[in-house]
Amino acid sequence: MAAPLGTAARADDTGDEKQDAQEKEPVAPERAEEAKLKAKYPNLGQRPGGSDFLMKRLQKGQKYFDSGDYNMAKAKMKNKQLPSAGPDKNLVTGDHIPTPQDLPQRKSSLVTSKLAG
Amino acid sequence: GAGGGNDIQWCFSQVKGAVDDDVAEADIISTVEFNHSGELLATGDKGGRVVIFQQEQENKTQSHSRGEYNVYSTFQSHEPEFDYLKSLEIEEKINKIRWLPQKNAAQFLLSTNDKTIKLWKISERDKRPEGYNLKEEDGRYRDPTTVTTLRVPVFRPMDLMVEASPRRIFANAHTYHINSISINSDYETYLSADDLRINLWHLEITDRSFNIVDIKPANMEELTEVITAAEFHPNSCNTFVYSSSKGTIRLCDMRASALCDRHSKLFEEPEDPSNRSFFSEIISSISDVKFSHSGRYMMTRDYLSVKIWDLNMENRPVETYQVHEYLRSKLCSLYENDCIFDKFECCWNGSDRQVIFKCSVFFFSTCSIVMTGSYNNFFRMFDRNTKRDITLEASRENNKPRTVLKPRKICASGKRKKDEISVDSLDFNKKILHTAWHPKENIIAVATTNNLYIFQDKMN
Repeated sequence: MAAPLGTAARADDTGDEKQDAQEKEPVAPERAEEAKLKAKYPNLGQRPGGSDFLMKRLQKGQKYFDSGDYNMAKAKMKNKQLPSAGPDKNLVTGDHIPTPQDLPQRKSSLVTSKLAG
Repeated sequence: GAGGGNDIQWCFSQVKGAVDDDVAEADIISTVEFNHSGELLATGDKGGRVVIFQQEQENKTQSHSRGEYNVYSTFQSHEPEFDYLKSLEIEEKINKIRWLPQKNAAQFLLSTNDKTIKLWKISERDKRPEGYNLKEEDGRYRDPTTVTTLRVPVFRPMDLMVEASPRRIFANAHTYHINSISINSDYETYLSADDLRINLWHLEITDRSFNIVDIKPANMEELTEVITAAEFHPNSCNTFVYSSSKGTIRLCDMRASALCDRHSKLFEEPEDPSNRSFFSEIISSISDVKFSHSGRYMMTRDYLSVKIWDLNMENRPVETYQVHEYLRSKLCSLYENDCIFDKFECCWNGSDRQVIFKCSVFFFSTCSIVMTGSYNNFFRMFDRNTKRDITLEASRENNKPRTVLKPRKICASGKRKKDEISVDSLDFNKKILHTAWHPKENIIAVATTNNLYIFQDKMN
């Protein structure tokens, strides 16, 4: 049973941008994707994806909660819906105020792993 | 050469874990590692638990299959913590497990979460003392005045009990999140690496650790690069490498200076600046680095490819294998759903040398295959000798033992053929990030989100 021909590139292939044989447009796929992203998020930093992600990575796990902020926001909002942290629970607080419901449960796993079942 | 036609035929062997689709966070597998003999297979999960499987002794009558892996021990390695001073939540997720080579009856492994490394001893107890003079069998103390004769307590066999106990706790040495641990070939020291620093430890000493790499800039605004993985050379106890988020690998020699901030070698593939895009740096970030068994080569995994580097050549890899090049035209959505930050690992096949029996003759063959995961529960293997590659799927639908797995094909564009899967129908929530290869045999362990699959080659 022969496996399909591999796509191992020889060491003298240039760059990481291979022109797909079926690609009709002159724009490389990666650039096309970049254009798509910039169209959706025009405020995206001019710097290539780099330090923003690094800082985010270094700050993973940081949880900020200020009861003063929380209560003032609650008072301001009054009848309106409290803004939840949204899908990204790791965002630094500012507009996003973590509510007790947003914080994940911190119980440790006393249950045996299902792999051992 | 002699290796022609010895393509491995992979068959399903076992699957561990829950069947239901509703995956609890704690059950997400975060690391998989065989021990040095391959008899034990350890997994770590997001819930901080370690499960160790043991291979059954080979059944002489069942020559068509190798021993199965059954649960040997399971324990809670790490618990969630909260650093109140820094307002930092410390996950209990096990980032890496590394086994020590076996020195006596007990087994030892290092397991680490983001902040703390622990040395665990796993030992067997198969006998217990009986016949104490002052204690009843149930443990209650006997009244000494009722003892009229003395006896010598003896060991009697009991049902095997496997106990795990933490022997060392290596804590408080990492400000940032630990991504790697690697045991030195001297079997006395090991390194631990976080985003910005690498520390050297002695296995016996927990209150001291030496910082050997520090790339933290004086001004954090100047941060451009983080450490993503690190590993000791398999033979040279003074040499280690670390990879970065910019796609570079630095080789350091600890004999050169105490703080190895200046690399001995810098491995980097030149990039065509006209090809640069917003995604370039993100997809060039190396998520794993592994030395070959000989130590002559190392393999790196970035988002789209696996690269093989010759330690003697710094300016480019000697081989590049595309894992899922069709994703290059999906980078926008992969960025939006964060998949572009997934950290895939890679591994070498167990040993360089293989004996094959063909045409009534034994041949020595140099077998060199690398394996890595992808999406849709696909995983890929690249044979460096034949240059052939294969895509297989870890799925319960293929779970007939001794039935050879059917290769998968992805249709990148154009008309989809009957057996092909189109890129748009790939499930990006089904990622295979962790795989491991038995050190001696063609047995592999592949982790999907919450299941562990074991495949082995078809034995004739």
